[in-house]
Amino acid sequence: MELMPRALLALAAAVLIAPAHAQQRFITVASTTSTEQSGLFKHLLPIFEKKTGIQVRVVALGTGQALDMGRRGDADVVFVHARPLEEKFLAEGFGVRRFEVMYNDFVLIGPKSDPATVAGARDIVAAFRKIRAAQAPFVSRGDRSGTHFAELELWKAAGIDLAKEKGPWYRDTGQGMGPALNSASGMNAYILADRGTWLSFRNRAELAVLVEGDRLLFNQYGIMLVNPAKHPSVKKELGQTFIDWVISPEGQKAIAEYKIGGEQLFFPNSGK
Amino acid sequence: MILPLRIENLTYVAGGRTIVDRLSVAIEAGPSTIILGANGAGKSVLMRLMHGLLAPSSGEIAWSERDPERRRRRQAMVFQRPVLLRRSALANVAYALKLARVPRAERERLAAEALESVGLMHLAHRPARVLSGGEQQRLALARAWALHPEVLFLDEPTANLDPSATREIERVIQAFDAAGTKIIMATHNLGQARRLGDEVLFLHQGRLAEHGPVDRFFSQSASAEAAAFVRGELPWN
Amino acid sequence: MNAIWEAARGALGLIASGDPTLGAIVLLSLEVSLSAVVFATLLGLPLGAAIAVGRFPGRRAVVVLLNALMGLPPVVVGLFVYLLLSRAGPLGSFGILFTPPAMVIAQTILILPIIAALCRQAVEDAWIEYEEQLRSLGARAGGAALTLVWDIRFSLLTAVLAGLGRASAEVGAVMIVGGNIDGVTRVMTTTIALETSKGDLPLALSLGLVLIALVVALNAAAHLVKDAALRRYG
Repeated sequence: MELMPRALLALAAAVLIAPAHAQQRFITVASTTSTEQSGLFKHLLPIFEKKTGIQVRVVALGTGQALDMGRRGDADVVFVHARPLEEKFLAEGFGVRRFEVMYNDFVLIGPKSDPATVAGARDIVAAFRKIRAAQAPFVSRGDRSGTHFAELELWKAAGIDLAKEKGPWYRDTGQGMGPALNSASGMNAYILADRGTWLSFRNRAELAVLVEGDRLLFNQYGIMLVNPAKHPSVKKELGQTFIDWVISPEGQKAIAEYKIGGEQLFFPNSGK
Repeated sequence: MILPLRIENLTYVAGGRTIVDRLSVAIEAGPSTIILGANGAGKSVLMRLMHGLLAPSSGEIAWSERDPERRRRRQAMVFQRPVLLRRSALANVAYALKLARVPRAERERLAAEALESVGLMHLAHRPARVLSGGEQQRLALARAWALHPEVLFLDEPTANLDPSATREIERVIQAFDAAGTKIIMATHNLGQARRLGDEVLFLHQGRLAEHGPVDRFFSQSASAEAAAFVRGELPWN
Repeated sequence: MNAIWEAARGALGLIASGDPTLGAIVLLSLEVSLSAVVFATLLGLPLGAAIAVGRFPGRRAVVVLLNALMGLPPVVVGLFVYLLLSRAGPLGSFGILFTPPAMVIAQTILILPIIAALCRQAVEDAWIEYEEQLRSLGARAGGAALTLVWDIRFSLLTAVLAGLGRASAEVGAVMIVGGNIDGVTRVMTTTIALETSKGDLPLALSLGLVLIALVVALNAAAHLVKDAALRRYG
């Protein structure tokens, strides 16, 4: 009986001391849930780690939160996909420089029964107008993510003022991509999703890709080093090493090689 | 020496009721004192006031020793239900000695002596809580006695015990009495009072109704209440 | 119903497979929650005992507050600790955000009120039995409280297990302060949340059953220890 307390104390001490022997070099990257859930990092990071010995720790949040993490200095690198928000981040002085990395696309997912009859078309703006007209259930992420941002831009492009025109058909769930897809699946609703998360999503029920290929659905990823001038704790050399690798031909090749079910998810375009 | 104890106009009020009412008495060293009275007469409260577990509402409790710490060390109390720790019998006695700052080397020896004196040495390493009721009460006595107190309070110590256990406890109390410890005991048990007591304090509704030698109390009680009590006609308040 | 049966088969499969990633996740979950329980117990038992036997102005308010804090929402605790440990926060320079120690801290804060409040109740109840005798023997309030805590230690085991249950079950706090980083701060509950959000419900359910089995096993072990000890010490 007396052994137990001592053993537990030792365990507790060990856990607390752990960071001391995490002497392995690492960086913290703030990225998005959709990127993580696509499985890209599981494929990409081991390659980088093997080459440089630097462990990359990804914290996956919505784009807005990821950038906020950068503003607080809790991340060394931010890797998101919402250009206007990224430019704002830069303008505020929190980022050093923005590099384009890759793009993927958004797709309009909806029930096979397709009450708003949007299937098969390429014009996403027209599809949004049809959904509004039919008051068909539509799930929004509502979480300041890149996807959410893109969705809002599309409503604007369709000339629909959400504040005035939203009704019970528009379900603002405040969730990540996966949970939002789950909700859409449960409600048989339309939803804008990134192709990566869709491809790895298992709970499809009656949902399918209904509209794709419109230029407006193009989703660009950017990567930035958090400004060490604002947060001296930022690991600038290690962070820059990661960024340099991601935009290098080797990194770009690794990105292109990532496939789900034989389909490529991300298209590298750093131009380096 | 903490005796004699002089109590002047002691009053204790709780929950709107006067439980001890202007009681005055002198307790001397020597004779074993039995406190008798019906339920609710104030016996237990009086003992707790004397021992310092309760503070009086008014009146004085004057021991002959001024220093409260020394005073406490020279007293011990055994309750109706023995409260023992989840340890061995020996460890329970040793705990009391530890509280009295007895050095570790001596504790075990003194604890063993105390157990020996009540005939429990053969159960020294048994968990105290698995002992029988009578054995537990004897252990409580051993614990109380281990520090050789000058005054030993006992609050109805055999009320929950069967006759043979009761006899054993009485034997131990008599031995302590013979060894010079002042016994102050509350009891319902008239036979016990006669067997163990030298003097009687009879309480009725919180007041001291009679105080005198035990034989006189039982044969020629002065007050009507005492007489009724002895006859077994206990008036409900 | 069928989903649960499938999940049960999946759970057994997971356990049998000996998958090292799953093993690492289970190990981390145990490390974090058990450490939190150890710290919360070391802090909470004396705290609960002190409140139980102490008499001070405002005591009733403290008791009410302590009981209420048992219901602290994990996500709120997580947020609070995050703000403390963030680089932009007061304790940022220690750099422990997004590491297991941050998770231990958050869970310790979360379960401390549970252990302290339940201990307070147990000690208060026992104090009624023990108080007079301990005071008669000359024990001072502080020492008496600790003696009491040790004496009723097997009853207090329930309080500790309540804390363990809460810690193993929560996801809000560890998600926010840990960041659910693959291979670093991913524990069972955050993995279940992740798999659910990816839509892999069968896997999530299987993991959930593994977690429940783990907690049941811990409780059963504690129960056996308690029984054996009770038989020894009465």
